[in-house]
Amino acid sequence: MAKPLVTMTGINKHFPGVLALDGVDFQLVAGEIHALMGENGAGKSTLVKVLTGAEAFESGQIKLDGFDAPIINHSPQEAQERGLATVYQEVNLAPNLSVAENLFVARQPRRLGLVNWRAIHRRAEAILAGIGLDIDVDKPLESYPIAVQQMVAIGRAIDVSAKVLILDEPTSSLNDQEVANLFALMRRLRDQGLGIIFISHFLEQVYEVCDRITVLRNGRLVGQYDVAHLARRELVSAMLGRSFDDLAALSRSDQDQSNDTTPVVRARGLAVRGGVKPFDLDIMPGEVVGLAGLLGSGRTQVARVIFAADPADQGTRLINNRQLPDRPLDSVRAGLAFCPESRKDEGVIGELSVRENIVVAQQSKLGAFHLMSHAEQVELAQHYIDLLQIKCASMETPIKQLSGGNQQKVILARWLATHPELLILDEPTRGIDIGTKAEIQRLCLELADQGMAVLFISSEIDEMLRTCSRIGVMRDLEKVGELTGDQLNSSAIMAAIAGGEADD
Amino acid sequence: MTDQHSRWRRLIHSRLFFPLVCLALVLALNVVITMVTTGSPGPFFDINFSNGTINGPLITILNRSSELVILAVGMTIVIASSGGVDISVGAVMALSGAVSVWLLGYGTLADNSYHVASYVVPYGVGLLAAIAVGAICGAWNGLLVAKLRIQAMVATLILFTGGRGLAKVVSEGQITKVDVPSYKFIGNFIQDGSGHNVVPVSTAIFVAAAVVALAGLLLRHSALGMNIQAVGINPKSSRLVGLNSGRVVFFAFVFCGVCAALAGIIATSRIGAVDSSNVGKLLEMDAILAVALGGNSLAGGRFSLAGSVIGAITIQSLTTVLYSVNVSADQLPFYKAIVVVLIVVLQSPELRPMLQRLRRRFRPTAGLRQVVAP
Repeated sequence: MAKPLVTMTGINKHFPGVLALDGVDFQLVAGEIHALMGENGAGKSTLVKVLTGAEAFESGQIKLDGFDAPIINHSPQEAQERGLATVYQEVNLAPNLSVAENLFVARQPRRLGLVNWRAIHRRAEAILAGIGLDIDVDKPLESYPIAVQQMVAIGRAIDVSAKVLILDEPTSSLNDQEVANLFALMRRLRDQGLGIIFISHFLEQVYEVCDRITVLRNGRLVGQYDVAHLARRELVSAMLGRSFDDLAALSRSDQDQSNDTTPVVRARGLAVRGGVKPFDLDIMPGEVVGLAGLLGSGRTQVARVIFAADPADQGTRLINNRQLPDRPLDSVRAGLAFCPESRKDEGVIGELSVRENIVVAQQSKLGAFHLMSHAEQVELAQHYIDLLQIKCASMETPIKQLSGGNQQKVILARWLATHPELLILDEPTRGIDIGTKAEIQRLCLELADQGMAVLFISSEIDEMLRTCSRIGVMRDLEKVGELTGDQLNSSAIMAAIAGGEADD
Repeated sequence: MTDQHSRWRRLIHSRLFFPLVCLALVLALNVVITMVTTGSPGPFFDINFSNGTINGPLITILNRSSELVILAVGMTIVIASSGGVDISVGAVMALSGAVSVWLLGYGTLADNSYHVASYVVPYGVGLLAAIAVGAICGAWNGLLVAKLRIQAMVATLILFTGGRGLAKVVSEGQITKVDVPSYKFIGNFIQDGSGHNVVPVSTAIFVAAAVVALAGLLLRHSALGMNIQAVGINPKSSRLVGLNSGRVVFFAFVFCGVCAALAGIIATSRIGAVDSSNVGKLLEMDAILAVALGGNSLAGGRFSLAGSVIGAITIQSLTTVLYSVNVSADQLPFYKAIVVVLIVVLQSPELRPMLQRLRRRFRPTAGLRQVVAP
């Protein structure tokens, strides 16, 4: 076997009220891509943070190739100096600095004590060319889509002459082509002798690119496997600790659509200047409608315009046959609910407690001067914490201390608490473990059975096939068609997304 | 873990713990200094009743801190909702005082060499005018910050400099005095016709208490408290749940402006005159400091009104303590700065981990045990 780069043994770490890592062992060898898998709260992120010094650990040992004694990283900078580079799930760069500045921030090449801008520019272009990205490096990072920002973050990490590269959910914002580019790059780096730790929820990607898998569950090591000798079914049951049937049991119930009911939403020719082109969309009560399309196809814009998160420039939007002002508050009052794509930016209110994050939408619907009593708030919060099995130390814990999946559940709870007639879910399962994914999908179907309309957006076609009874297809900011009944299979959807035989 | 133990822990982790400790330290400082210099604890904690008033250093501190307490309440709301500060409050104090007196002595100021001998309009109208001026200034600041999205510090810089200038225009560059006895009631004591105190406690304390109580009640019995924090933490999320973050920030500034006007009424009433150059001078900085001393983040979001009030009283205590040990007014800022640095360091969230690391370094065995353990 190749030489070990990282050897972690018996790592223990507590968070208030939780044992986050319980004697975890982990080994990464040179020239491998090693997947770290597990449900939310399994300890993947914590293990990586302990390794990179973002979190302290209580006991255990970390050995790093090239160091005789066990090391403890006290900060990500220290880890970086020792050859451990990380790209986190959410891009951790400065959006208003230029791409080049982001690549060289805190390590600018200098000449005569001054920053050498010409060198920065040249080397930035070289780095990005190396990962197949041809963009203007002098433009601010925020002027590029998230996908490109992510690539820049990876470019920076790679360039910091790393021996170990840690990629935490790097592909969740990338389209297929970008993922393929990234994987090609990862393989190239692996062949050069780098060790890569890859954290992802996409099983297919793990099987496509990884050599070995370490599975964690509830802070404990489940096992380390060779990808070639591990069936997917075994992997999933290792991660979940339960049988695969839970997932398979989900199936779409075929509703009878009576045509005379009023649609919850009737959109006619809605469009945004420079954005999504005019589209029509009806959503009936009790219906789960999907929106399929690539990143940037306009699927998110459709959701935002329907909720009035962004104003439409033309067209009509009828909610239960009523025309409403383009303001989120009116949408909320009319029974619309919107879980946005970017949980961190537009969903969670970080320092507020879980309780406050749950009640805030209902409270805003009631108005500032109709305060829900503390008892009512506690009851409401507890109801949804139980219903959605939100894992938190207490309902007074700030939401930012929760794992991503549990944060998403809190956002979901926030909207369910308003008893919406239409629930808009934009990528509700992104960055979330399989167990929670299945729960959210099942919840969608249950809510639809109870008469709620759901607009469901996802990058995963399988997920939409499981939940949606009708799928609108978006391509290049245009709604190119709708698929129902027999057309609902992945090859038909892919064909529609890809274009060629436009479904008009 | 015993019950007592956990209660102690809860106390230590309470947001108000450190602000209270700081206040206690400042008060203790006075006793220590007096002990050292005179050999006895001194009259610092004495409270007595004479000449129809309740007297004592602590009462003086409460009285003198009234303006700052009121300003701190307004500043807390502005900081929590916008993450910015309103540096115009001192100037707004002067402006609202000047407009109020201008109205009370309307048309007669220049004739009476800038003395108001008798009210031209009812006193209540003068007070309402002051409050209206505060509200208008707040609305102006709020418009710049909430609608035009100018940074709060820059937006309020306009009134910070312009407000005093405008006050001088209104009072024609003079220090305008008011000779009507009732004008002094708010900043001092309410008196009957023969000059005897009717209420034994300074009116300013009641005004400050009323502002704190009113703000506290409003925040507790409406969702405004949560809305302000939500908007301060994440305006985008807040907007999507239906909160109008612009409106919240706007009203925060209006409220802060009204608070500044009330503080201005007290400050001008104390001396019975409006000196546009000096009313509330540098008080905006003390107000911001009070919020910080109260354990509130200046980045906005989570806030504690009680903390800010304690912070304001701490600052005034410090001033009083320093005066009582004969620090002259011009040296005051220096000593104040020393104590403020100590307090701010004490409250820094980085301090405790730093001390822990330091302790570990001096007891190396504790650190070694971890590495040696299998």
